[in-house]
Order: sequence, then C-alpha cells, then structure tokens
Amino acid sequence: MKEEFKVISKFIEEKSRVLDVGCGDGILMEYLLKNKVVDVRGLEISKEKVKKCLSKGLAVIEGDAENDLKQFPDLSFDYVILSQTLQAFMSPENVIENLLRVGKKVIVTIPNFGHWKVRLDLLLKGEMPVTKNLPYQWYNTPNLHMCTIQDFYNFCNNKRVNIYKSISLNGEKISNITTSNLKYKNLISELGIFLLEK
Amino acid sequence: MSNLNKMKNIIIEKTLKLDCGKEISNFPLAYETYGNLNEKKDNAILIFHALTGDQYASGINPVTKKEGWWNYAVGPGKSFDTDKFFVICANVIGGCMGSYGPATIDPLTNKPIGINFPVITINDMVNAQYNLLDYLKIEKLFAVAGGSMGGMQVLQFVSNFPNKAKVALPIACTASHSAQNIAFNELGRQAIMSDSNWNEGLYDEKSTNPDKGLAVARMAAHITYLSKQGLQEKFGRNLQERSDLKFGFDADFQIESYLRYQGSVFVDRFDANSYLYITRAMDYFDLTKQYGGNLSKAFKDTKTKFFIISFTSDWLYPTSENKDIVIALNAIGADVGFVEIKTDKGHDSFLLDVPDFLSTIKNYLNTTYSNINERRI
Repeated sequence: MKEEFKVISKFIEEKSRVLDVGCGDGILMEYLLKNKVVDVRGLEISKEKVKKCLSKGLAVIEGDAENDLKQFPDLSFDYVILSQTLQAFMSPENVIENLLRVGKKVIVTIPNFGHWKVRLDLLLKGEMPVTKNLPYQWYNTPNLHMCTIQDFYNFCNNKRVNIYKSISLNGEKISNITTSNLKYKNLISELGIFLLEK
Repeated sequence: MSNLNKMKNIIIEKTLKLDCGKEISNFPLAYETYGNLNEKKDNAILIFHALTGDQYASGINPVTKKEGWWNYAVGPGKSFDTDKFFVICANVIGGCMGSYGPATIDPLTNKPIGINFPVITINDMVNAQYNLLDYLKIEKLFAVAGGSMGGMQVLQFVSNFPNKAKVALPIACTASHSAQNIAFNELGRQAIMSDSNWNEGLYDEKSTNPDKGLAVARMAAHITYLSKQGLQEKFGRNLQERSDLKFGFDADFQIESYLRYQGSVFVDRFDANSYLYITRAMDYFDLTKQYGGNLSKAFKDTKTKFFIISFTSDWLYPTSENKDIVIALNAIGADVGFVEIKTDKGHDSFLLDVPDFLSTIKNYLNTTYSNINERRI
C-alpha cells in the first residue's frame, strides 16, 4: 500500500512527533523516517511483529490500543496514525476517542466496506465478501466492526470530530472525498484516509 | 589465589558518600573487559551483573573455571558482539569477586570486614562503577545493559547520569522492589543468619563458613528464578537414581537433588555476607520513591533510547512491573521500545539460551549503533 503511505506522509508536517498505532512490521514507520524528519513511535499487539520492529531499531512497544493508549499523556503526539486497524477493535468508539486525546491530529485509514465489489459479492453471491483489502473468511476474520466511508463520515459528524481532509484510494488513484461526491466515492474507494481533529 | 592476582581492578581513591551516610575511599573495584574500544570511543557497553554475578560475563571465569554468567549473550558474534563492541563489566561493591565487599580483608585486623561492611544500595553500586568510566576515559557509553539487579542498576545509572549512555537495556527488572521479592530475600538472609557458623557475620572464611545457610538461601532463590511449568517439564515427579520412594528424607526426587546441587556449588563461589548485603541493596531499591512517587521524574529530559524486555513466565519480576517503567517513560515522551518474550524458563530466561531474546537484542544493538552513526535517529 505505497499510495496509502504517500498520502499519510503528505499529511504529516516535518519535525513532528508521530505515533503509529498497530504499526505491524514497522513499514510505515520506516517509510516516514526515510521521507520525513519525524520522531516516530509504534504500538503493536503481535510479539512477532514487535520483535521485527525492535530488530530494526524502531521504538515500538508491545501493547494493545484498547488498553495501552491510556499511558500516553494528552496531546503528546502531533499525529497519531491508525492504519487499517479500526475495524479490529472491540470498541472502535473508545479507541478513536483515545487517539484524539493523545494526538493533536489523527490519521485514520479504513478499508471501505461500501466498495461496489463488496456490495456486489453480498448481493449476487449472497456470501460475505472476500477482497484484496478484506482477504478473510467470515469465520477467521479479525475484523469485528467493518464500516463504510459513509459510516465513518456519519460517525465523525455525530461525535463532532472534525474531518480535516479525506482522501479516497482506488487502486493507485488518489482523489479527494467531499460532501458532494461522498456517495460516489463510497462506491468506488477501496480505502478511505482521514485526517481528524477534535 | 593466583587468579585473583591477575584480576583487573582499580583503586577508587575519591571519597564515595554512601546512602547510609558512611564514606568510603581507596577501595578496589574489580572489572573485566571484552572486545576493543574503537578510536572514536563510541562502542563501549557497560554491563551490570545480577545478585550472584561478577565481572566475568563472557568466556571462562578464571576463578570458578565455569562459563561466564552471560556467556550466551556476550562474545564474538553474540548479542553483545565483542567483535564490534567494547564490553565492560565490574563486580559490584558488596560483591566477593575482588571488589570492595564484606570479604575484603581489613588491614587493621587482618580479618574479613564481615558485618562491619556498610550497608550499600544500588545507587552506591552504580556511583562506584562510574569511576571506571573515568579511568577508561570513556566520555559516553553506547549502551548500559543488565538483567534483574543488573536492570535496576541500568535504571539507576541513567537516572543518575542522564547523558552518559545512548541506549539503555533494563531486562526483567523493576523500579521498585516488591514485598514478595523482599520476602524471598529475607528468607535467604534468615537461612544464612540462623546457621551457627555465621557467627554474627564474623566467620573465618577459610574454615567455618555458614555453608548450610547459604546453600538453603540459594535453593530457595533458585526456585524463584524458574517457572512452575519449566520445573514440571524438566523434573516432573521423576525420581533420583532410584526406582521407588525410599520413605526417608534423602533426595528421592530429581528436583530435590537438583536444588541440593545448586546450593552446594554456590557456596564454593559466593560469600554469605555478600549475599546479605547485596540482597539488602535490592530490597532498598525504590527508584519511584526516590523521585517522590513519580517514576517519570527519574528520567526527566532523558535522550537515552530505552529497550525494555520482560519474560512471560517470570513471576519474580513480572511483565507488569517492567511495563510500569515503560509507562513512566511514555509519560515523558522518552524513546522506548518494549517486548515481552515468550518462554517457560522463568526469571532465569535472561541468562539462558532463549534465541528470540538473544537475537532481538543483537539486531537492536547493531541497527541502533549504525543508525546513530548515520545520524538517522
């Protein structure tokens, strides 16, 4: 997901402090370190992945966002990133609240469950959708709370969270999401990238 | 004793004011080094040993003729790669491998100092070792590292000397010795002190050591270093060289025989009074209290990169206590990495062949060393 990283990287100003929540193998962290002057930290739940990150000298701590975000003081990061993980939490609502507490700005990317292929799968096959961005079967998916770009928009509105910027990713195509093209973008985007602020 | 004469040591002439209020000066600190200090003098790592360790971290200990206590981690191509890094390790004050301790002979009486040795703390140990860096003319260490009591020294060191080390690796330790840990240490001390040979700490090391008490102390402590699962898997209810129970109090079970053996080999290499003093230093360790209940203050403005490691089966210094350090560091935005390594080897994991643990440290140190040199981070 090079494009996703490019978009995220563009959102981030030089010399800022960044926390990557659910940083995985640290690929995004490395990307940011290479392309920006940033101070970047990571939080990751998988021991294996944490070990990989630490082996690369990255400042990553083993922990889970639902419990371990608590330890970070208010507004202690300029940006907090949550890349394609929101759907896997028990309580995405609490996580978003905590992200907005810890970060001055929050970048959230979500795999879009509103994409036409997803809709078509369910409509025509009558089966839970399996796509490139959502490669799991219903019985082994870690995704507990799937949502669409529209859902996320509504969520932010209800919670009075400012959406600063929103970007649609469809393959390699990057475009802006606006209130006027939201319905359409919700149909064609594989990924939604949001820059939020409280 | 010939080996003791070959021991490297420095005599610290400067007065060291101890936490107990007493002052010491002109005292010996024994140390060992591995690898070479490079021209830039930026590859030095100071390693702190645990309760019963000494300066011989790697290779063969010339006194005990056994492998160094951290031989799995320190050496050419190992986690602390001595082909690359200059590793320094000193025997703590209070110890019994050449540094100033209760077994040191008092020139006035020609007898061991024994119980007249002042009560020392982790802070005192660290302050004494700082002199070694001056002696070796090392302006800045690449890293400080240690497990258990060694980890406590790491925390105290970076707190006392904030800009002296670029990287800190506290492993399987705590910032505040728990009631349970004090309890186990007290058990060990009572075992020693109730041995009549202890003689109020004035035993003659050559003839009448409180070996029985010290062995029991070691046996009890050894159990705390292992995990229930590890013990069960290794020994279970296996019998020791017998086909059935003997209905007596000999070592019927392998685990009994194993513990007895651990106790008996320990007394050959360790001084009972040292055991009292060092366990006391651990009990007194409370960095959180030292900073008014806020551990973060111990690391205020730190630029050191921290890498904290705990082990799943370590119930002596459990993950939760290691995580408290992580939390304190995160609260002040320090650069901190943390992982809990999965193993059933208990607290002892840091001393053993735990490949995940050893390789993660190796990669972390090597990458961080080159990153710092490239000024990438």
